[in-house]
Amino acid sequence: MTYQLETAQHPETLRRVAIDPVSRVEGHGKVTILLDDQNKVHQVRLHIVEFRGFEKFIQGRPYWEVPVMVQRLCGICPVSHHLAASKALDVIVGAKKLTPAAEKLRRLMHYGQMLQSHALHFFHLCSPDLLFGFDSDVTQRNIVGVAMAHPETAKRGVLLRKFGQEVIRVTAGKRVHGTGAVPGGVNKSLTIAERDELLKDIYHIVQWSREAVKLIQKVHTQDPGLYNSFGIFRSNFMSLVGHNGDLDFYHGTLRARDDNGKLIFDHLDYQNYDQVIEEEVRPWSYMKFPFIRSIGKEHGWYKVGPLARVQNCNQISTPFAEHERKEFVDYAGGTPMHAPLAYHWTRMIEMLHAAEVIKELLHDDDLLSSDLMVEGERQMEGVGVIEAPRGTLFHHYQVDENDVITMANLIVSTTNNNQAMNEAIRHVARRYLHGREITEGLLNHIEVAIRAFDPCLSCATHALGKMPLEVELVDAEGGLVHSLSRS
Amino acid sequence: MSLTFTLDGKTIPFVDGETIIQAAGKAGVFIPHLCYHPEFKPHGSCKLCTVKVNGRHTASCTMRAMPGMVVESDTEEINAERRALTQMLFVEGNHFCPSCEKSGNCQLQATAYHLGMMSPHYDHFFPNRPVDATHPDVLLDFNRCILCSLCVRASRDVDGKNVFALSGRGIKTHLIVNAKSGKLGDTNFALADKAAQVCPVGVILKKRQGFAVPIGERKYDKAPISEAVTEGK
Ligand code: SF4
Ligand code: FES
Repeated sequence: MTYQLETAQHPETLRRVAIDPVSRVEGHGKVTILLDDQNKVHQVRLHIVEFRGFEKFIQGRPYWEVPVMVQRLCGICPVSHHLAASKALDVIVGAKKLTPAAEKLRRLMHYGQMLQSHALHFFHLCSPDLLFGFDSDVTQRNIVGVAMAHPETAKRGVLLRKFGQEVIRVTAGKRVHGTGAVPGGVNKSLTIAERDELLKDIYHIVQWSREAVKLIQKVHTQDPGLYNSFGIFRSNFMSLVGHNGDLDFYHGTLRARDDNGKLIFDHLDYQNYDQVIEEEVRPWSYMKFPFIRSIGKEHGWYKVGPLARVQNCNQISTPFAEHERKEFVDYAGGTPMHAPLAYHWTRMIEMLHAAEVIKELLHDDDLLSSDLMVEGERQMEGVGVIEAPRGTLFHHYQVDENDVITMANLIVSTTNNNQAMNEAIRHVARRYLHGREITEGLLNHIEVAIRAFDPCLSCATHALGKMPLEVELVDAEGGLVHSLSRS
Repeated sequence: MSLTFTLDGKTIPFVDGETIIQAAGKAGVFIPHLCYHPEFKPHGSCKLCTVKVNGRHTASCTMRAMPGMVVESDTEEINAERRALTQMLFVEGNHFCPSCEKSGNCQLQATAYHLGMMSPHYDHFFPNRPVDATHPDVLLDFNRCILCSLCVRASRDVDGKNVFALSGRGIKTHLIVNAKSGKLGDTNFALADKAAQVCPVGVILKKRQGFAVPIGERKYDKAPISEAVTEGK
């Protein structure tokens, strides 16, 4: 199977443009574009250097170490890996149902992570493009520019993120590399002082989140020509959904819909995820391409993350976010919205939901309970799935009778979105780059499309906003024709 | 008449036969150490406890106190040497504190903090040392062994079992298990053995315990090793 623009017919005659590394995304990614003499686009590929070595690395390690160790995978959403691994190991230790306190404390940790990650993504990484324009002055198009032009917005971004980090700190023990979740439960509850500290701020966190939804809604609806079509492609979508089809980031069953919103599967126990999902390897990319088995490689790929989740659920359990979801669905006009830039809008609806759930949880005395652990009959295999900020995250382990990991398979959110991101940038390349002289502003359009998905490319950290961008135009023999760079 | 020596200018009393580190410990003065344990015969191998006696380097866990000795311990020069030794231990094995379940209870980590070690400084050896998970209750993670021989001494002298031994020479020295298969599961080792309690780092671990005690509530999270140790262990 070949996708349009995935593979050029005669690459040897073409010039090559590389965006390496893509800026303002987490981790390491690279885009290569092959152009002919008239700057016509023949091939566009997003290459992601993914740390697959990890699955090998944890083989032979004792299972109880894994929830802490897997956090090394990702400096930006370590909590997602921490919890997905813990959920898989709950199955291994036979903890069929956690205590109410443990489940709520983990949920609090996760929603804190969702809040901080979404705030980081929207305010720090994307608001420069959205507020100033994709090819605005590059010296202004960063968080410092936002802080100068929109000081209140920038400040809230910082405080929302800080609040989320604080929630993580009190539940996980530390802001990074926490140890809060353990197989079968959690190792600490909240003190009254910790809870009260969070309660002090949560009401304005909810309020600011509401205003953030309004901000992105306004940006989106003011320019429908751009926002509803930029990088658009149609696809299936998949996520966990909770009880009664609620939006749920921590737990649920798998549901997938086709591009028209028709169910492909529903209520699927994720222990059996490998019956419905398969991963394809392609020679040009380190990252695999997952697809839904029943539909096949060619059309079975899907998107995950906020845009998938908000449209996949039946409703949202918290009132403000549910109100916003309805407005979004009304705007989409009764059919699924596929525009990548709508990720931003749905991401902010999710941030609002996270804030509301945190508020509810902080009023629940179970958070102070000391009933934190359960165990049961030991199993040899377990799958843990969670809706991470960037989308569905799978952790799958087998453990031998000596308690050592013998097999690990991880499908991270960004892998789930691999084909989707490639489609989006091909669309953008065709629409904006084709036949034109390449400028930094045009190349940023490619990055805007990638950033909408919030990819966590190699799950590695870098200093925010400091990531250099280098663009090289190279001829077919690899000789440098032209280069652009910024730092 | 009571016997005394001076340690960094402080007068330390001792009884005949005591080592410098024993007398210092009783007087509440901490001397960094890893292979020394008050309940066992000294081994003198890690050299962390090195002090200067009358101007000459010596291990304070093996050197007997003598009346009138002038001992230097907490000096810039000696601490720099201890720091270098600690750094070498970090690169010789695979010590990754953020995901090690012994973190916060580990003497090597606590000693590194005490000495102000900021980085391992040297190139890592990255040795390949698979874990031994064959025992039902205890895991051996050789990645972190610093060859202090405390488990060897505890198993032989207290448990009367001889489960562990150090084998090989120099940089090839490594810990072995006395069984034909070389596996802990094939010995009569038990979780209640003294040898299961003495490892200063994260080699001999109770299984399935992991992170049950949160980071932040562990031994050296509460008090630095200099206090935790002199207050008696
Ligand atoms: S296993 Fe622990 S106690 Fe035994 S020699 Fe190694 S570090 Fe020392
Ligand atoms: S403590 Fe004295 S040599 Fe190790």
